[in-house]
Amino acid sequence: MILFVEQALNGLQYGSMLFLLASGLTLIFGIMGVINLTHGAFYMVGAYSAAFAVLSTGSFLVGIAAALLGAGLYAVLVEVAVVQWLYRRDHLYQVLATLGLILFTNEAVSMIFGRRPPLMDIPPFLQGSIPLLPGLDYPLMRIAFIVTGALVAIGLWALVNHTRVGMLIRAGADDREMVDALGIDIRRLYTLVFGLGGALCGLAGVMAAPLLAIEIGMGERVLITTFVVIVIGGVGSVRGALVGALLVGMVDSLGRAYIPQLLQLSLPASAADTLGAGLVSASIYVLMAIVLLVRPNGLLPARR
Amino acid sequence: MMTSRLRLAVVAGGLALLLTAPLLAQLTGSAGLLGLANRIAIYAIAAVSLDLILGYGALVSFGHAMFFGLGGYAVGVIAFHTGAGEPLFGWQGSNAALIVWPLALVACALLATVVGTLSLKTSGVQFIMITLAFAQMVFFVLISLQSYGGDDGLLLDRRNTLPFIDLSRPMTFYYVCVALLVAWTAFCARVVNSRFGLVLQALRQSERRSINLGVDPFPFRLTAFVISAIGTGLAGVLWANYARFVSPDMAAWSKSGEFIAIVVLGGLGTLLGPIAGTAVFIALEQILSIWTEHWMIVMGPILTLVALFGRRGIAGRLFGERNG
Repeated sequence: MILFVEQALNGLQYGSMLFLLASGLTLIFGIMGVINLTHGAFYMVGAYSAAFAVLSTGSFLVGIAAALLGAGLYAVLVEVAVVQWLYRRDHLYQVLATLGLILFTNEAVSMIFGRRPPLMDIPPFLQGSIPLLPGLDYPLMRIAFIVTGALVAIGLWALVNHTRVGMLIRAGADDREMVDALGIDIRRLYTLVFGLGGALCGLAGVMAAPLLAIEIGMGERVLITTFVVIVIGGVGSVRGALVGALLVGMVDSLGRAYIPQLLQLSLPASAADTLGAGLVSASIYVLMAIVLLVRPNGLLPARR
Repeated sequence: MMTSRLRLAVVAGGLALLLTAPLLAQLTGSAGLLGLANRIAIYAIAAVSLDLILGYGALVSFGHAMFFGLGGYAVGVIAFHTGAGEPLFGWQGSNAALIVWPLALVACALLATVVGTLSLKTSGVQFIMITLAFAQMVFFVLISLQSYGGDDGLLLDRRNTLPFIDLSRPMTFYYVCVALLVAWTAFCARVVNSRFGLVLQALRQSERRSINLGVDPFPFRLTAFVISAIGTGLAGVLWANYARFVSPDMAAWSKSGEFIAIVVLGGLGTLLGPIAGTAVFIALEQILSIWTEHWMIVMGPILTLVALFGRRGIAGRLFGERNG
């Protein structure tokens, strides 16, 4: 029971990280129709910016600001320099162009920050753990991560549904020409959404940095999972991204806990371990394949 | 008229270059050149195969590396069991290319039938992502195969054998690869110009109209997908024999991306273009990695520029051929 609750919380934490990444990615896809593989690179840029800001100032808050700014500005730069030329092109070219940007970003980050992965400690005020249940102490940092994810979800919901910018975002997703004709500068709106998506990646990066390893290529691993999330949730829908992120987070962390145990019932321990590891990693892709086969547009597709 | 003569000249020139590459390698005394040419010949088979569905079918598979990996692993696993004397499903194993290679290709065809049947229920971005998902499943399964090296991959003792042809000689192996490349490209050219190929292209241009003309898209697309997978698997088989090493990286998503980049660089829907694309891509990779350790910083923007401006690829520029 304790194990189950702990794994569920881990799933919630992982899901909240995935949501930070997926919400931006799904907005970018839903509004501009661009498959942006560079999204994972924003996350990496955010984590690196945060790690080096914390290293030189010692303040976690400065780290957060650095991550938001670094990733957000890099996203704006990418949009202005490359992505804006790809809006009306086939997905194939978007995949190729942003793949090239990933290679570039990885190499640039390793040249600027060095190949040695930086370390980032959990800030003092988030250290330690609190007792949630008798026998279950849960780390404060992970709880903070879950809370951040929840706050962003609420904030995005308010932004999209109750502000003028949100109205324009929804209108832009529906009919680009119409919004343009009504005198709205759609180009600026696109850049803004891109920057917002990048900043959310930066937030995910700074929160994940003390928990996971900061390294070159950290973006790609999480990028593919993020795509799984938005495809499961329904491309273009923030609600879908939330549902998909939680689903993937839960399947991954519960699978990690229970699949090897289940396999041990029928297989020798060593075989169960290795096969289990493979099955766990593959489990979210199996989930996605099943969802796509039952509902080709995802669970909660954006309404058109 | 002009373009068809130019085309013939380019094809003849390219073929001559492929055929004389070992001679050039010997004259210049650099053994590395033969290896480079061999890698180009092998990757070109995969590129031509991918072009079949990417360029002619507009099916953007972001998971073709799974067939490259499976073809390679089929060779690797059979060689492992044959070498260790452990029967595989009660079969003693074999080292004969004429037995091992067809088995590997059948495995790829079976996987492609399953993956294609499921993936073709979707389209657009969902198709891109579901093919990626299947490739990731294959990738993680390969990693979890501890008895076959897991993460580290599998070394092969020696290449497969053919009657009368000694594949262990680098030059002989190279010519076998070139022969297979030429034969496979000719086969694909026949396929795209057949009635089947025309229907496939009609589906790319307008799915709705084709359906109203009485075409059921699914069997055509699935067949194209399977043919494409067999070709990519053949490239994997040859790669395993060339490098005498297979690893899960053969099925990594970045490999799928590389294949797409090569095809777009060469020119979508041209078959010959992807061969040129392979040559340029692999030679560039080689030159840049000799020049600087940070070669990705140049290669990345090149791919981006190709996507931004290279609407028609190398072949499109040369022959004014169409592009998707």
